[in-house]
Formats: sequence, structure tokens, C-alpha cells
Amino acid sequence: MIALIDYGAGNLASVRKALRACGAEVFEPAGADGLVLASAIVLPGVGHFGATAALDNAWRSAIRAHIEAGMPFLGICLGMQWLFEGSDEAPGTPGLGCLPGQVVRLPDRTETGDRLKVPHAGWNTARAATGPGHEQGIPGLVDGAYYYFTHAYAAPVTSAAAAITEYGVPFASAVRRANICGVQFHPEKSGTAGLAVLRAFIEGARS
Amino acid sequence: MTPSRDGFARRLIACLDVRAGRVVKGVKFEGLRDAGDPAALAARYDAEGIDELVVLDVTATIEDRLALSRTVAAVAANIFIPLAVGGGIRSVDDAARVIDAGADKVGVNTAALADAALISGIAARFGSQAVVVAIDARRDNGGYAVCSHAGRTPAGREAVAWAREAESRGAGEILLTSIDADGTLQGFDCALTAAVSDAVGIPVIASGGAGSAAHFVEVFTTGRADAALAATIFHDDTCRVRAVKDTLRRHGLPVRL
Repeated sequence: MIALIDYGAGNLASVRKALRACGAEVFEPAGADGLVLASAIVLPGVGHFGATAALDNAWRSAIRAHIEAGMPFLGICLGMQWLFEGSDEAPGTPGLGCLPGQVVRLPDRTETGDRLKVPHAGWNTARAATGPGHEQGIPGLVDGAYYYFTHAYAAPVTSAAAAITEYGVPFASAVRRANICGVQFHPEKSGTAGLAVLRAFIEGARS
Repeated sequence: MTPSRDGFARRLIACLDVRAGRVVKGVKFEGLRDAGDPAALAARYDAEGIDELVVLDVTATIEDRLALSRTVAAVAANIFIPLAVGGGIRSVDDAARVIDAGADKVGVNTAALADAALISGIAARFGSQAVVVAIDARRDNGGYAVCSHAGRTPAGREAVAWAREAESRGAGEILLTSIDADGTLQGFDCALTAAVSDAVGIPVIASGGAGSAAHFVEVFTTGRADAALAATIFHDDTCRVRAVKDTLRRHGLPVRL
């Protein structure tokens, strides 16, 4: 069963609907203790990084313990950003910190001076990050496919980047470290391309 | 690697104007006629490659809108692309109801003109990405006058200034409709679109007047729109989503195919 964590940050219903459409059994634990019933964790979220403050110490230590025990984890949008050390959007709210780096605001100009609309709202391509330093990809993610984004802050391209998208600057549109997966885009809103990512995560959690 | 936005697609959005559970379409906001079942049309557009859907309750400010949540839930049930819902959203609680029913974004118009704090209120609870400020504007003495109540009532504001204020209060996107162009099939009002798009740092969705694929090229180039919305030409099969996207791509505009 997939534990879908509700911390009051938006898109829970959409993610639940998409996971179920992909064949997953989903439950929403009332508290961190409920994670003992889970075979995988999905942390959704959209909006302001400050909302992740609702993930209190009980949640943080339980999620960290399950991740360290090897449980498959998927963070979506804010849920992915939370894996990093923190975000410039809410300097007083620490992230989980299992990936090094800080989430920063997207630029409002390209390098050549053209204006960029922020938030980055719409469909953009994700290029799989491969080669030395990039350990593993995101199952189900198709190199060059379009995914739906809506965010003003983005994660840096580090060795954890599994996919890179450009919007003024390159940023990590997906991250992977062992059993930890994260996507900046919304797989629940990215049509068949997004459902393929969710389906592959669900399959991976079963095996 | 050149930093760019070359992979960033121009968005095509289909609008379902809904009244009493059915899709309707009129000309210049009047003369409504039936255009089908909302959930069936939504599924069709999704299959054809539409990038986003808008459900607009066109009678919401003057009639009962209890049916809206059911319509939204039916539309949302089988689609996995962004869905915005507007029409008669007067409070944060109204916004919460349509978001609970499956909307990703809510559009506010008349009520935000009456009290702009509604924009910041919804943004504070659901995030700016969930707030679309819909602006209906008509040409007026060389400028653009904002109208409320489905285009019927002058709001006493200028479109560019109102768009800027909406942005400063936390709007995530502007849905900009030309009342003059709406339903005419004669093309978007590119001057209006460019004026607003240049004035704000958030995405602008152009609406009203789409009659051919060439009109979309115009509004993405001359009009500097970030997204373009149409209803009539998609409902009537005048123009298929895929045909519009093929035309855009031939003109060097990235699209999701």
C-alpha cells in the first residue's frame, strides 16, 4: 500500500486519483506512526515551501527512518524540493536534507536578457541526466518527453539529478538517489507521460 | 548548453463554458447554444492533445451553481491534465469547493474586482499557481476597459493596471478575454494581449476570437501570449487541436505533441 502524506499542501486529491488509476492501493496515514503499514511513500505538494513546516519532527524522523530502511519514496513538486536542505522561498523552514543543495528562485531573465514569466507554468521537456556522476534514472521517465510544471523555485543540478529541464537556467526536474525519487513536474497532471512515471514507481514498490 | 526556454511549449487550452451541466457557446457573451456534455468533450480534447482545460460556469454570477461541483468532478474523473474552474467564485470557501471537486486552479473575476483581497486569500491557502485572475476587457477610447458580470458591467478599471494589481496580489496567471473578439472567429486581440503580457511577469492566457490555426500563431508571436484558449473552433471541429499544434510547430513555436 502506498502512503500518501497529507500535510495540507494542495494536490492530494489529484495525486490519489492518478495513483489509483495506475492500479495502486493508496491510504493517507493520520500520523507518522501509520507509515508502518506502507510499502512505499508518496509526498505530494504544490505551493509555498513554508507549507512543508507541517511535516513536524515526528513525520521527519519517521520518513527518514523508512527511507533509510530502503522504502521506495517519491516526492512530487514541493515533495521533491523538501528532500533538499532548504529553499530560498522559506529560509526558516529546513528541508529533510537527504540531498545536498538549496532550492532557489528561477530567474526572470534569460542569459540573453529576454524576459521569462515566473512561475514556470506549463509543459516543458525533461532530458534524462546520464553519464558519470548521475547514478540512476527515474523509471518510466522518457527522455525528451513533455511534463507539466508549475513552480517558481527549482532544485540545483547535482549528481542526484535524474532529469534536467531548462527554463532560463537548467534545473533538476527529477532526482534519484537509491530508493529516493523526486520529480519537480506533476506526473498526476502530465497526461500519459506522467502516468507512466507513476505506474513505474508503483511497479517498483511491488517488486 | 545554452540556457533557454526552447523546450517550453506554448499551451493550447480548451474552454468549456458550462450552464446547468451542459457546454454552451455564444457570441460576444450572448445567444448561448448547446455544445455538448462537459465530461465527454473534456475526454475528447485530452485524447486530441489539449494541454489544459478550463470549465467556466457562465451563468454562475446570476443563477444557482450547485451543479458546478458535480460537473467539475465528472470532468476531472478521467483526465490527467491541468483543470481550471471559474465562474461565481466569490470566496476562499467557493475556491475550496471546486478544488475539492478536482480543479487545480480557480478563476476569479467579478468578485476579485469587488474585493481584490480575494486573490491574496486564495493564494495564501492554495498557492499562487492555483489562482487565475480572469479579465474581460473591451476597447475603450484607445485603451481597454475591464468589465465584470460576464462582460456586462463596466468595472471602472483599465486592463493593464488591473492585471498588474492582480499579479501584485498573488495571481499565478491572467486569463485575458477580449469581449470585442469573443466568438467572432476573426482572431485574437493581439494588441490587448501584448499590452498585458508585457506589463506582467506571470503567464497570460489569451482568449476570444480564435477562428483558425493562423490566429494562434499571431497571438503567440505578435500578441506575446504564453497560452491561448478557444472554445467555438474546437467544439465545432473547425480546427483540430493537433492541426493547430502542427501549424505552430511549422512556425517554430514549440508545442507538446
